[in-house]
Amino acid sequence: MKRLLKIYLQKPELAGAMLLVLLVIVFQQQSDGIFLNAQNLRGVLGILPEVALVAIGVTVLMICGEFDLSVGSVFALMPMVMAVSMGSGLPFAAAVALGFAACVAIGLVNGFVTIRFAIPSFITTLGMLFMARSLTVVISGGFPPPLSPDIPTDAFVGFVGPGQMIRMSFVWFVVIATLVSVMLSRTNVGNWIKATGGFHEAASSMGIPVDRVKLFCFVLCSVLAGFAGLLQVLRLGSPLPSIGEGLELQAVAAAVIGGTALAGGIGTVLGGVLGALLIRVIDNGLVLSRVDANWFKFAIGFLTIFAVVANAWLLSRAKRMKVET
Amino acid sequence: MNDPILSCRNLEKWYSGVHALKNVSLDIERGEALGLVGDNGAGKSTLIKLLSGVHLPDGGEIRMDGEPVRISSPRRAMDLGIETIYQYNSMVPNMSIARNLFIGREPMKFSVGRFGLLDLERMSRESVEAIANVDMHLRSPDALLAELSGGQRQGVAIARAMHFKSRVLILDEPTNHLSVKETDKVIGFVRGLREQGITGVFISHNMHHVFECCDRIVAMARGEIVLDRRVGETSIDEVHTYL
Repeated sequence: MKRLLKIYLQKPELAGAMLLVLLVIVFQQQSDGIFLNAQNLRGVLGILPEVALVAIGVTVLMICGEFDLSVGSVFALMPMVMAVSMGSGLPFAAAVALGFAACVAIGLVNGFVTIRFAIPSFITTLGMLFMARSLTVVISGGFPPPLSPDIPTDAFVGFVGPGQMIRMSFVWFVVIATLVSVMLSRTNVGNWIKATGGFHEAASSMGIPVDRVKLFCFVLCSVLAGFAGLLQVLRLGSPLPSIGEGLELQAVAAAVIGGTALAGGIGTVLGGVLGALLIRVIDNGLVLSRVDANWFKFAIGFLTIFAVVANAWLLSRAKRMKVET
Repeated sequence: MNDPILSCRNLEKWYSGVHALKNVSLDIERGEALGLVGDNGAGKSTLIKLLSGVHLPDGGEIRMDGEPVRISSPRRAMDLGIETIYQYNSMVPNMSIARNLFIGREPMKFSVGRFGLLDLERMSRESVEAIANVDMHLRSPDALLAELSGGQRQGVAIARAMHFKSRVLILDEPTNHLSVKETDKVIGFVRGLREQGITGVFISHNMHHVFECCDRIVAMARGEIVLDRRVGETSIDEVHTYL
């Protein structure tokens, strides 16, 4: 029993999960029951995949011991590449492939520069944040190109399911989150990612290809950010060059709230998703509770600090629990 | 099969202008426990790095069972059966014992190329066995490595080497930062290697530890081997005069 409790206290996503339950109860009270009704949930779940997919990528990269600040810009760049290349006559599939190729390229550059020149990924990706955003504006020509009507929008953001409750984007998100989660916890690659972030020297002395593992995580992070951007653009119906500004910090906040360690080695996909969900819940719940919406950022900031402190506290409690090893 | 298990022939290594290994030749016999001693910067670690695949020599060659080998990476060394345990113990604190045991060599249920789904059950089962084989008793293979004491961690590292049938086990300062009791445990592990038929190379600058568990002492100073004796034929004082 004690052993079980100890294991649960050590789960990095525990603090986030508890906060989520708490907030849902509070908002349900404060909004006179509107918060959990079907209409509102439909709205929250419709937007969730966009933040959550970015958060998943950032979480995996952080577990691997690196950092990506360029996700917000990649979020805007990928759909812009798609829209512009469709404007110049490419079919949808080719345009999307080109968009993803741009994401892969950015991930590779982020990873290569970070590893080759041994500089903090914070710097590399901060530079990339500006460069990718600038590229987005440049290729858009300053104003958003119209989206072609040939795009199978319904396959990405159409409403499906009983009562048209969820969007296709949510289905995509669930599938991707499950796959990444399985990869992280059940495959040897996941083991390598955790080992690389957990203790770099040990991982490389055990023959793990640490550089390639990192490169893979950078690329995965960029691709997921790009896909999330595509979902948002298809939902809004227009590729604005300014979307995703500030998203990189929200994604980091989501990962951290979900228990991912800044130093690497600790974290779960579920935690990142919980963090993203918390951010969406607060955004929505504050409005429904008739609180001035400008408190949103305050709440996210407070939550980030609180979640990390709570996690550290839970962990130290767990550590002090004596069970036989 | 009378060739030494590992044989270094005229090894040379330079580090940006520093001559770290000067024409070092050393035969390591099958099944012996060799103690490698020397002050900091004497070349012990450099020699070990060449044997464990961290660096390639600038000159000379390494032979295994009489055959020249090129140990180009830690992975290659492990494939050859040379396993190295460092003082920081090459384990990831935030991962479970079972996962640490199989790091980089995970058993898989299903795989495509090098990637696949972990066989978690097998990892659990075999890690319990492997740890029991070094006379350690851990209740759960799912406990995090960080919960173990320093000596227990070295025990897990040794269990790992044995589980993968390593032929040569290199222990690089495994007793640093350990309490006296924990150190005794590690020395016990090294003594146990012989019964398992594993060749051990034990590096330490604590002479007492080396004399307690090794058959042969090799001392290094300034990048060269300055003394090579059976334990019975020398004494701590004599070794000291050479360093």
